[in-house]
Amino acid sequence: MLSQDNTSQGTDRSPAIDLRKINKSFGPVKANKNVDLIVAKGSIHGIIGENGAGKSTLMSILYGFYEADSGEIWVNGKLTSIHSSKDAIATGIGMVHQHFMLIDTFTVLENVMLGAEQSSSLKQSKKSARAELQRLSVEFGLAVDPDAITGDLAVGLQQRVEILKALYRGAEILILDEPTGVLTPQEVQQLFDILSALRERGVSVMLITHKLQEIIAITDEVTVMRGGTMVATRETAKTNKEELAELMVGRKVLLEVDKESANPQQVLLEAVNLTLRDSAGVARLDDVSLQVRAGEIVGIAGVSGNGQTELLDVLSGISAVQQGSVVLNGVTIDKDNVLNAKDFRHLSLGHVAEDRHKQGMVTQFSARECAIMGFQDEPEFNGRLLMDNAAVTEHCTNLMQQFDVRPNNPHLKAANFSGGNQQKLCIAREIERQPKVLLVGQPTRGVDIGAIEFIHQQIVSLRDAGNAVLVVSVELEEVMSLCDRILVMFEGRIVGEMAAVDADAQKLGLLMGNAGGDNSATGVAAQ
Amino acid sequence: MSDFMLIAISTLDATIRVSTPLILCAMAGLFSERSGIVDIGLEGKMLAGAFAAAAMAAVTGSAWMGLGAAIGVSICMALLHGFACITHKGNQVVSGLAINILASGLTVTLGIAWFHQGGQTPLLSGDARFFSIDLPGALAVADVPVLGAIYTQLISGHNALVYIAFMTVPVTWWLVYQTRFGLRLRAVGENPQAVDTAGISVFWLRYRAVICAGILCGIAGAYLSIAQNASFIREMSAGKGYIALAALIFGKWRPKTALLACLLFGFLEALTVRLEGVPLPLIGEVPAQLMQATPYILTVVLLAGFIGKAIAPKAIGIPYSKER
Repeated sequence: MLSQDNTSQGTDRSPAIDLRKINKSFGPVKANKNVDLIVAKGSIHGIIGENGAGKSTLMSILYGFYEADSGEIWVNGKLTSIHSSKDAIATGIGMVHQHFMLIDTFTVLENVMLGAEQSSSLKQSKKSARAELQRLSVEFGLAVDPDAITGDLAVGLQQRVEILKALYRGAEILILDEPTGVLTPQEVQQLFDILSALRERGVSVMLITHKLQEIIAITDEVTVMRGGTMVATRETAKTNKEELAELMVGRKVLLEVDKESANPQQVLLEAVNLTLRDSAGVARLDDVSLQVRAGEIVGIAGVSGNGQTELLDVLSGISAVQQGSVVLNGVTIDKDNVLNAKDFRHLSLGHVAEDRHKQGMVTQFSARECAIMGFQDEPEFNGRLLMDNAAVTEHCTNLMQQFDVRPNNPHLKAANFSGGNQQKLCIAREIERQPKVLLVGQPTRGVDIGAIEFIHQQIVSLRDAGNAVLVVSVELEEVMSLCDRILVMFEGRIVGEMAAVDADAQKLGLLMGNAGGDNSATGVAAQ
Repeated sequence: MSDFMLIAISTLDATIRVSTPLILCAMAGLFSERSGIVDIGLEGKMLAGAFAAAAMAAVTGSAWMGLGAAIGVSICMALLHGFACITHKGNQVVSGLAINILASGLTVTLGIAWFHQGGQTPLLSGDARFFSIDLPGALAVADVPVLGAIYTQLISGHNALVYIAFMTVPVTWWLVYQTRFGLRLRAVGENPQAVDTAGISVFWLRYRAVICAGILCGIAGAYLSIAQNASFIREMSAGKGYIALAALIFGKWRPKTALLACLLFGFLEALTVRLEGVPLPLIGEVPAQLMQATPYILTVVLLAGFIGKAIAPKAIGIPYSKER
């Protein structure tokens, strides 16, 4: 499925997209600086870069969300000006957004035809749209039930609706913005098959991602962006992950986590038959039991929304135990012994929350305030009556030095740090006390490659000091390389366990979609 | 015909008259809110429309000119709301309240300045008002038992605006569910970004929605001052705009259920008038104040959870901006 031959795409040799000297600033921030980009017709072109590298801005300019300050856009050899999405659609550009642009309450058919209705009467429009949708489904192998309610579909199918939407509008150039973030490995494979089919029919695809694996797997050419500029363009067949990572970050990066094999000791954290029901009575956790031992990192893999959040909430004392029990450092917490999150901390538990903006920090507070959250009552930060501000500031300064948080300014508002530095600050706060048990939710969500390496090292060294770590992540690569043992969650249950050395994406992916049992949840059945 | 029958028919007849402005306002709110714009200013638009209708009718002597003026003024108020909330992304509740306050103050001020009757407009008569229309055959079937009475007294004999109000419901349903405009309207209230990326202007779509709301509120206002009554009286909208909004939510933002909610509220109010001073079995005479408060109490109780969860359009109240 890699690039075979894309030289025989008709007689028109002008590139599908030719961007020349695109500049775009937001206030003092230069998001795009003299960007040039050429995308060959009928090819899959990857654009890779870290958060804030300017990928999304560039695509927004191409799709008419923003207008460039200067520069030229040539589409199929013609100079075009794109002021709105309408112009982009008219030029034959379609976009599949990271957050789907779908109306959940509408049927698939209604979503596909929205904005491109053939007639002012819905009945007429639906009739012709249905026929066209049928034709597209057959031609591109994109089966989906036109009368299904979009919100009820699995994510992979919703994405298919987005692609159909673009094709329905006659898109010959398809932009996909981080399309795989919410998909299972099997759904990713299906998506890639679709993209290959599109390429065969002469559609040019631009794939925006920060995942090196995907670039290597599917693209013909790849362009790397860093700091708003184009750093390099490579033929995918002639490059590799290491080179691309180095180009993205600007220095050599270690992609694999460097760690010794684990040496598990006594059990420090145990969940026994945990069941948690939400207000509607639906079991969010269904009889979950697990053990985490000193000196090991246990990973929980799964598509987000399968109970991982609820599990972390119970294990950290945010949600009370309803049924079953938690044993933390020898103390049993159950319905008769209810402890809150603060008590859990006193039992030497650290918790790096999944969503740092909701649970990990208050973005409107300064870094030094965020750095003591959860520990604000500790004597070291308090005087007799007031807080000991000098101690708080000093504490934060130390954390920032140890964990390389930049800029090194404890008084700066947390919102003004990049995602990676916010996460480093959160992790620093939790790790600094050397907790016996550390819970980490999504350790590297929205974090740059350079910082990922650092964060992984910190987690491993906590393990090596003889502590227990539980990691929840939706990134399979991360779970496989960071953890020693992997549990898979599906619909609130633990559906599989394996040693990290035995795991591969295929095996885990099947468990994540629960393909062993019924596979309706993966959306495969709907085909 | 029994006394009960007479009372029932006259109560239902009153229900129709009382419900008319509620229905018009609820349909107005439906357009606006389905597009994602909170419309707490139904009250103000209706009041301003009522004043404009009475003033114009008083000057020109034509009810239809009055109706036109009401619609025009109400659309202007709606555009003001749109300018604040759509173009300038202001808070929709604050803007709506401002419209209500503006209407309440301006109608009285202009009324005093123009007509010198303490904020009222001159009493209208003849062609300056909408009078009841006898539907064809009403007299002929009047003697047919039950059905005749229903046709003659309940269905026939209302003014044109009542019939227009009841017609707006199927028209609204048709527009919202059977046309391209309706599809886009519903879409923009759920996910304006999806509409924008589909190449449709969110602003223009929402402006059209608030203009629809303006037209319907204008008709409601004209009904109050030149059809149901014979002049403008200060604060004559008396909270009907809010009740209509409640009915809209009660009806889960759907035309048919909103109509039923309006009829229920209208019926309660009609019943209030009917039962005033009448001793009820077991309870005795119910204080008039309590009876008058019943629709409002019911609104609170119903909205507090007796009707199940009313799921609002997802993007309601959130100004749309392209910045992400």
